[in-house]
Amino acid sequence: MSLELKQVSYSYSVGTSYEVQALKNISLTINEGEFIGVIGHTGSGKSTLIQHLNALIRPTEGTILYKGEDIWTENYDRRSLRHEVGLVFQYPEHQLFESDVLSDVCFGPINQGLTREEAEKQAKKALAQTGVAEEVFSQSPFSLSGGQKKRVAIAGVLAMNPKILILDEPTAGLDPKGRDDILDQIALLHKERGITIILVSHSMEDIAKYVGRLIVMNHGSVVYDDTPREVFRHYKELEGMGLSAPQITYIMHTLHEKGLPVDTSVTTVEEAKESILKALALRKKTDRGDGL
Amino acid sequence: MIRDITIGQYYPGKSILHKLDPRTKLIGTLIFIVSVFLFHSVPGYLVATAFLAAMIYLSKVPVRFIFKGLRAIFFILLFTAVFNILLTPGKVLWQWKFLRVTEEGLILAARMAVRLVYLVIGSSIMTLTTSPNQLTNAMERLLRPLNKIHIPVHEIAMMMSIALRFIPILLEETDKIMKAQIARGADFEKGNIFQKAKNMVPLLVPLFISAFRRANDLAMAMEARCYHGGENRTQMKPLHYHRKDLIAFLVLLVYFVIALLSRIFGI
Amino acid sequence: MGIIKTLQLCYDYLRYDDEGNDPVPSRAVDQVDLDIEAGSFIAILGHNGSGKSTLAKHINALLMPTEGTIWIDGKDTKEEPELWKIRKKAGMVFQNPDNQIIGTVVEEDVGFGPENMGVSTENIWRRVEESLKKTGMTAYRKHSPNRLSGGQKQRVAIAGVLAMHPKCIVLDEPTAMLDPVGRREVLDAVTELNQKEGITVILITHYMEEVIRADHVYVMDKGHIVMEGTPREIFSQVDQLKNYRLDVPQVTILAHELKKAGLEIPDGILTAEELAGELCPSN
Repeated sequence: MSLELKQVSYSYSVGTSYEVQALKNISLTINEGEFIGVIGHTGSGKSTLIQHLNALIRPTEGTILYKGEDIWTENYDRRSLRHEVGLVFQYPEHQLFESDVLSDVCFGPINQGLTREEAEKQAKKALAQTGVAEEVFSQSPFSLSGGQKKRVAIAGVLAMNPKILILDEPTAGLDPKGRDDILDQIALLHKERGITIILVSHSMEDIAKYVGRLIVMNHGSVVYDDTPREVFRHYKELEGMGLSAPQITYIMHTLHEKGLPVDTSVTTVEEAKESILKALALRKKTDRGDGL
Repeated sequence: MIRDITIGQYYPGKSILHKLDPRTKLIGTLIFIVSVFLFHSVPGYLVATAFLAAMIYLSKVPVRFIFKGLRAIFFILLFTAVFNILLTPGKVLWQWKFLRVTEEGLILAARMAVRLVYLVIGSSIMTLTTSPNQLTNAMERLLRPLNKIHIPVHEIAMMMSIALRFIPILLEETDKIMKAQIARGADFEKGNIFQKAKNMVPLLVPLFISAFRRANDLAMAMEARCYHGGENRTQMKPLHYHRKDLIAFLVLLVYFVIALLSRIFGI
Repeated sequence: MGIIKTLQLCYDYLRYDDEGNDPVPSRAVDQVDLDIEAGSFIAILGHNGSGKSTLAKHINALLMPTEGTIWIDGKDTKEEPELWKIRKKAGMVFQNPDNQIIGTVVEEDVGFGPENMGVSTENIWRRVEESLKKTGMTAYRKHSPNRLSGGQKQRVAIAGVLAMHPKCIVLDEPTAMLDPVGRREVLDAVTELNQKEGITVILITHYMEEVIRADHVYVMDKGHIVMEGTPREIFSQVDQLKNYRLDVPQVTILAHELKKAGLEIPDGILTAEELAGELCPSN
């Protein structure tokens, strides 16, 4: 069930003076049920990487296996692969085109060969799962708010019932509430439908809050591939790549420097609170101990 | 990577041709085109060849760039040549069944080929040494008299330069939307021409909407930066004729007179 | 009177429906009173659709109030027949970096504003030169904007506004489409202009970290100004901000949570250093 990249490299404009190597010798395995984050500054190769995962780009070197099969052999059905590996591009709301929401979401399922009826069933399910209210179904997608459009667009991919869902900065341009809503919805899909999620994001705070595994890209290579907690230990190196750690990491390091024995590897507000309270309790105890 | 494509085919450089006023080059190109049609004889074409060779030398643009433009017209060239050779009546030199080659046909074909090739090379030299911006600027200035008959020359030039800026952006956007729809199972290659046209809807609708959104944003941004038409507008890079333009015009004048005389006296 | 002052400013936009009924007016900005002092750094916060962008467009006279008045540098926008005279006082930077750059070469884009204002060629060059320098974009002056990063494009846009020698710059979510590096680039450029050049800055955003640098913050919701004060005053009201679909910096939330857990910490902690000062009293 896994998606596997073996020594994948990719270069743009091969054979011209513009040739750029966008990916360098990447090997990684994406297992069923994972929630993976991908970070990297603009131009680090992360967009190129995710487009390899559903065969939109063919690697110049190396192989990509889905369920153990090479997806670039001549007879491989890459269209079906794209049904199983869904990709939501950045600003997906810019790809809406139908006159009403429901038809737009049906586009994918109909391309899969479903009848209109079956497609609508899928579409309604997907819309419900992305939190779009039923009275919106018959409206024009262009009359919706930014957050709503985004949900509809995500539903458009979700309706194809992918096993793996890749989202490229799904929250770009949303306000904080809209951002949290969408991410919570995605987390729910992961939990309840067991969909493997790959989330590309610029927000370290979001990454720390949701993902279980974090891949860091820099200059076309995978630099780190570990739990967020382990990756963010390298916050100094991340800064060298134009990235950063969640604010919490910096707060905990400051507290630690000032003599409070907190755990500097925590990455979320909740964990930080626990760690600080524990450290304070410990200090109180030793203070009292000193007093005796 | 699509953003790397330059519109037109400007080859940045510092040659004397690059430094000429774009209006001089525009007028010069016109004169050259006219001359190619004026010349009728071998000595005449030799003059044109010499002139062209001199320009190529002065432009300092690698020769292969200049001849690249010819690739696009190769088939047109071939067709006109074949038609001219086979269909011109006259003194028959060779015949096979209904196909025959005449002397007049050969001459006409050669003449047409030379004209076409020279035309393309001549205008290539201009576009290679003049940035699209300078070119629009030059057109705006040269066409300014048309303002009097209420042709909005400034607005047209502004539209052209905006188009130049947005074409690469829209190309990139097309690529992105296409990929996004392919990810949703769209197939842009399947079917006959009508199905294909219908399959383009998921690409074209978002593209148009995006173009309109960009146009709207841009109009607002231009207004916010005090744009209020061509009235009382100054220029950061106004066009000025220099000494070298004067020399260039003298050279062009001599060249044009030669072409005229050659035609009048049939040399 | 400050450089920007509004009195009971209201703006209605007309909403058309599919059936072709008469358009219904919908209020986007409602009875807003502002008085912004020259040289200050102001932030306007609000969720999408709160009316903050509509308000911003009034400062640049791109929109005219339906009711109420707005004065820019003492001038009522309704009484100025030539709006570009107001626009050169209050420049504007928009969200999408691609859709506001007009020139095909960086320096030509920066010169666009002065060209429109009828500045002499010689002075345009001087202004372009100095604006590129102030935004740190001189090295890119001959580049095509298409080859620049998002942050660099926004700096070009800021340079383009600066070349108009404005008294005030309005930035409408200038960082919404940028990555963290670009965001920092733009904010640093803006902060420097405010501090070194004394230009009044009005930053519209929903990134809370960006607001910390402001002198004064306004929060908008449903067209109204619902909160105002220093960043500290605003961020001490964590729960209320959440009601307005907004967020606070993580350090503020953490301090707030710790306080709820029984620690004695004041409201409105804005930096890690402040929190450390509270938790680790130096001996």
